Amino acid sequence: MSEVKGEQTPRQGDTPSSPAATSILTRVESVMPPFGRQVLRRATSSTPVYMLGVLAVLIIIFSVIRPNSFPTTTNASNILSYASTFLVMGTGITYVMIAGGIDLSIGSVLVFANVCAAKAMGAIGTDNVLTVIAGIAVALAAGLAWGIFNGLCITRLRVPPLIATLGTLGAVLGLADLITSGNDIRTVPPVLLNVETGSFLGINYLVWVSFAVIVIGGLVLGLTRFGRHVYVIGSNTEAARRGGINVNRYQLKLYALSGLLAGLAGMMSLTQFATTTISGHSTDFLIVITGVVLGGISLFGGIGSIAGAVVGLFISAVLVNGFVIMNVQPFWQQVVIGFFLIVAVYLDQLRRSNRDRP
Amino acid sequence: MTAALEARGIVKNYGHVEVLRQTDFSAEAGEVTALIGDNGAGKSTLVKIMSGVIQPDRGMLLLKGEPTVLGSPLQARDLGIETVYQDLALAPELGPAENAFIGRELIKPGWRGRLGVLDKAAMRKQAFESFTSLGTDVKDLNAPVALLSGGQKQSVAICRSVMWASQVVFMDEPTAALGVRQTRKVLDLIRRVADTGVAVVFISHNMPEVLETADTVHVLRLGRLVATFRAADTDVDQLVGAMTGSLDGAAP
Repeated sequence: MSEVKGEQTPRQGDTPSSPAATSILTRVESVMPPFGRQVLRRATSSTPVYMLGVLAVLIIIFSVIRPNSFPTTTNASNILSYASTFLVMGTGITYVMIAGGIDLSIGSVLVFANVCAAKAMGAIGTDNVLTVIAGIAVALAAGLAWGIFNGLCITRLRVPPLIATLGTLGAVLGLADLITSGNDIRTVPPVLLNVETGSFLGINYLVWVSFAVIVIGGLVLGLTRFGRHVYVIGSNTEAARRGGINVNRYQLKLYALSGLLAGLAGMMSLTQFATTTISGHSTDFLIVITGVVLGGISLFGGIGSIAGAVVGLFISAVLVNGFVIMNVQPFWQQVVIGFFLIVAVYLDQLRRSNRDRP
Repeated sequence: MTAALEARGIVKNYGHVEVLRQTDFSAEAGEVTALIGDNGAGKSTLVKIMSGVIQPDRGMLLLKGEPTVLGSPLQARDLGIETVYQDLALAPELGPAENAFIGRELIKPGWRGRLGVLDKAAMRKQAFESFTSLGTDVKDLNAPVALLSGGQKQSVAICRSVMWASQVVFMDEPTAALGVRQTRKVLDLIRRVADTGVAVVFISHNMPEVLETADTVHVLRLGRLVATFRAADTDVDQLVGAMTGSLDGAAP
């Protein structure tokens, strides 16, 4: 759980004053841990805090091994840029997974949005802010459309999320290949380069975009009724239904959100590389899901936070970056990330079985 | 005195199977009304009809004397009729306070409310007050429900229903999965729930429990209400006799 904030203990004055009630009250208050202990207990029992430690250890290790190239501002901004698209997709998948679902199609949807935006901007042919806005709109619409498609397959056709999004994973990438005949589109409006190189307070625009997504995503999930319903659905769908929550509508919205954010990531990726990257995202879902599971989002729903997801995704990003800097063969990244996913899910299982023991 | 909830002449058929044949039922506010009957007597069908899950073929429901149609469980809920299901319908990852407000979360006033921001402190306070006034032994309102014992989980589900029930609470075998001590606590809790002034309908197979907890006992057999007893004036033999039909008790 993300809340490390102190819980407000109800005051005695607000409660019924009959002697029986008061004695129960004092008993209950005496067993409630005081503010400080509660914060400590919450912090130490939370996965994101452990994982922040793991992240710090990784950073220290790479800094010691490559003191000249790893702990530099250039490399830090490299890591941030690399992580930005994953953070955006990770936010969407965090919602989906906390509600007990999964979305494997994000990488393919990213590529599809990427290709559609490049095609659209090429067709318009101009080179100004409006072109970019049109590109963004096309990318978002393409992503949203596939998200809704996933959501409809899952809620209307009752296809399990794993299979529905596995299907779109393949189909959508195939469509992207059909649109481009399998060749990347390498001509993008030069104005995109300004976005790519532009920065505010020394931080790249694209990174700011991902920060905005994380912050808004985190606030909505942690503080609003919408977010609470996402947790309830993931924790016990039947309880949500009996509580009057329209589970199908929520699921449709969440897959639409995941698609929309994958579309946004597609536009960000196009801006970053100034070319479509059809073959570069086949393992995105692996990296993103590994990241968020490392950050404490349970595959079985009901548990997790955006803060945790961010920490987990940075573990993936730092690992990949560290390998690049150490000149490890890139294939090893995939090997390590894959095994990390298995270990992370194993830890999730362990936590659950410990907890469920009466 | 008008009953909090009354059913008159309820008929329900599934195909050619007559599940309920002109059944009556009533539950008084502030009392525990037990509903007993052998398997297949139609208990759960009757409860489903009275909580809006299914519709009767014939007959009428009266809520505080007013004829009422319960189109759905949500509509029944809005009218102050709550059900504690056997599976409890709790979200194990969330705390007792959070569970108490599923689907009825409180929102902060002002602009934050318009954005849907939860008023967590107010929810925790209300839940705490409700839980303590009913004297439950649920200590930590923030720890996940999964960490609680079976009896505590049952208490959370019951307290939640009481927080929202202004008229009737149905409890479907609330002690079925509990040990002796926890059963004791839950039965005490059920009595206290009735003392708050709502009508409690208690479905159970356990005759001693029924006699000890209920004020009134309705016996259902083969889709009909065959007997109604004051719990104080009857005993296990009489109840079993009415249930099985070997002894025809006081006719309704």
